[in-house]
Amino acid sequence: MTTATPPPVAPTGDHHSLAIVLFAVVVLVTLGVTLWVGRRGNAAEDFYAGGRDFTPLQNGFALSGDYLSAASFLGVAGLIALYGYDGVLYSIGFLVAWLVVLMLVAELVRNAGRYTLADVLALRLRRRRVRAAAGGASVVVTLLYLVAQMVGAGSLVALLLGTNSPHARTWTIIAVGALMVVYVTIGGMRATTWIQIIKAVLLTAGSVLLTVLLVVRFHGDLGELMRQAAQHSGAGHRYLEPGLKYGASFTSRLDFFSLGLALVLGTAGLPHILSRFYTVPTARAARRSTMWAIGLVGGFYLMAIALGLGATALVGSAEVRHANSAGNTAVPLLALVLGGGNGSTGGVVLFALISAIAFATILAVVAGLTLASSAAFAHDIWAGAWRNRPRRERARSLRDRLRRRSAEALPAARSADEPGPGAAEQQEVVVARIAAGGIGAAAIVISLYAQQLNVAFLVGLAFAVAASSNLPVLLYTLFWSRFTARGAVWSVYGGLVPAMVLVFFSPVVSGSKAALFPGVDFHWFPLENPGIISIPLGFLAGWIGTVTSPEPADADRFAELEVRALTGAGAA
Amino acid sequence: MPQQQTSSPGQGQRFDWWAAPAAASASEEVAVPRRTAVPAQPMPTRTAAAQPAAAPEPVAAPPAVSAAAPAVVPQEPPAPASATDSTEVYRAVQASAAFQDIRRSYRLFVLPIAGVFLSWYLMYVAAQAAAPALMRTRVAGPFNVAWLLGLSQFLSTFLLTWLYARNARTKRDRAALGLRWDTQDQLR
Repeated sequence: MTTATPPPVAPTGDHHSLAIVLFAVVVLVTLGVTLWVGRRGNAAEDFYAGGRDFTPLQNGFALSGDYLSAASFLGVAGLIALYGYDGVLYSIGFLVAWLVVLMLVAELVRNAGRYTLADVLALRLRRRRVRAAAGGASVVVTLLYLVAQMVGAGSLVALLLGTNSPHARTWTIIAVGALMVVYVTIGGMRATTWIQIIKAVLLTAGSVLLTVLLVVRFHGDLGELMRQAAQHSGAGHRYLEPGLKYGASFTSRLDFFSLGLALVLGTAGLPHILSRFYTVPTARAARRSTMWAIGLVGGFYLMAIALGLGATALVGSAEVRHANSAGNTAVPLLALVLGGGNGSTGGVVLFALISAIAFATILAVVAGLTLASSAAFAHDIWAGAWRNRPRRERARSLRDRLRRRSAEALPAARSADEPGPGAAEQQEVVVARIAAGGIGAAAIVISLYAQQLNVAFLVGLAFAVAASSNLPVLLYTLFWSRFTARGAVWSVYGGLVPAMVLVFFSPVVSGSKAALFPGVDFHWFPLENPGIISIPLGFLAGWIGTVTSPEPADADRFAELEVRALTGAGAA
Repeated sequence: MPQQQTSSPGQGQRFDWWAAPAAASASEEVAVPRRTAVPAQPMPTRTAAAQPAAAPEPVAAPPAVSAAAPAVVPQEPPAPASATDSTEVYRAVQASAAFQDIRRSYRLFVLPIAGVFLSWYLMYVAAQAAAPALMRTRVAGPFNVAWLLGLSQFLSTFLLTWLYARNARTKRDRAALGLRWDTQDQLR
């Protein structure tokens, strides 16, 4: 612990007042964008899919904006600052996961669906319970993710503003929740996408700026950066080796494997990522936006590694841990040092700037999640499963076909035919807006209650649930010709229920110091992340449900899905 | 906001050479642009394979439909007929050689590669748990095996992204686009 490093960075008042001003600017700009963009178009296509006219580059930035949460920006760099190589290991799963999205999911989902994940399943398995199951799983995943972000936001903003009082945290959670509901209800997908783009540009620019300053500081010698980091980490060369965080016992290493599995498979099941692909016009544009996202996310994590090492080298692990035990303030502290240290104008400006970027990140990610969650509720559960009687689905496809035919044969008849589906969709959008308010309120309440939970754990859990309940059913639907409706329902619940049950009986909920109920101990599952069990169970349940299904698979529907998914015929 | 200008749909179409017909079809089912796309469609084998299969249906089912549908536009009756109609089209396209080619080239590329990168990643994560000593071996300067494997995960991800995009662009895109307009023509 001989931190021969310069700054004892006990935050003082001056750089926080500038940070508050910049936070206000972020809020005003995003609200302005929401009001400006939200006026354009009120149709379901505008609300759910932003009018489908974004370019691949724009959507690539928006995808990376949706994906790189504050947990990534501050959390991963903080983990690297504290645990060195083990933090790097954590970040890689987040990147490799995009290959699953790119190759197996993005284009097919874009072609086969309209607004949500459940649309893809419904194209083939026209059952209300399939839609209800997939919609419900989407709501659970997004809500878990949302709570993780808001809990993180509460402690983070309080920290960045220099007041660690519980009141500040509570009011931050409420304010962030209120803002995200405003963004989504007024602006829909279009405003949310623009907020993501602004945030992703800011985040990339901020990371590049810090990385350049850091590399200049070390005269481009990255080996020297690593040596200095190891020297100031308090762990010596072990800092650069695996095992500092995840190596204590075999159980903890297995736990990390479980987390790694959840990370790499979960991304392709995240509803707010999948619904992004509907904002571009074609499958090819979806592919190109995924490529942009991979470039941006990969570049970001490479920079995060450098910044985490830099924080250790220049600030020191002990200081980072002292400011926040999870390392969340490593990057702002590094900014303070790179700008010239505490008290200097450059340091204050850079600290405030990075804090404001982190705040913009939080706002953008929660807005994207709220939108995906309300879409899953309104489009899948309410309109698809609850309001829709079985007849309805047929009626809709008939209506589409009629519209197509009348467009050809009787152009005048189209306008008369329009109000029917238009009114139904309009009603659906109203429900989605109300749902956004309800989901926002629920997220606020849960977050206030769950403030003690570890943010990284909550994110890992959201990924595990997405990988267990959403990914198996999606892959089976797209690739397995014999898959049936029963298989789909079993697959969703067969992944969702074990994941939740295992977490309930894990050391996270009871039986450890940091548990949700520290007083009691009813845990029997040793791991914190259920992925290693629940993901195979999701796949297994889908398979068993299919082979025991009394009705055979509908080959006609699979033909339609396959042709539409691979060629884009009839894509929305 | 400087970003506002870049959102103009015009730029999107400049970016993406098949966004234009797709955008038209998304906004409303306009027949004209698709008609023009069909002659450019460079797959003679497909037409040969699909047409014999698709041709019989219009004779079998639709006479009633095509006669009834325009007349009874807002009513329910034509529903079952037009549903089977589109089903037959999709079945015919699915059975066509052109579609089988597209699907084969997609699956032959994607499924093995997915297996490779998933097992490569999981091996890397498992090495953590199973062989920590090996991971600690120094290679050069401060770099050890673990760092090299970690950084090569970044490299392999970028490389596979590029390979996949190239494969899709050169092997699938053109054929899939041709088949798309053709299928939509048959559906109308």
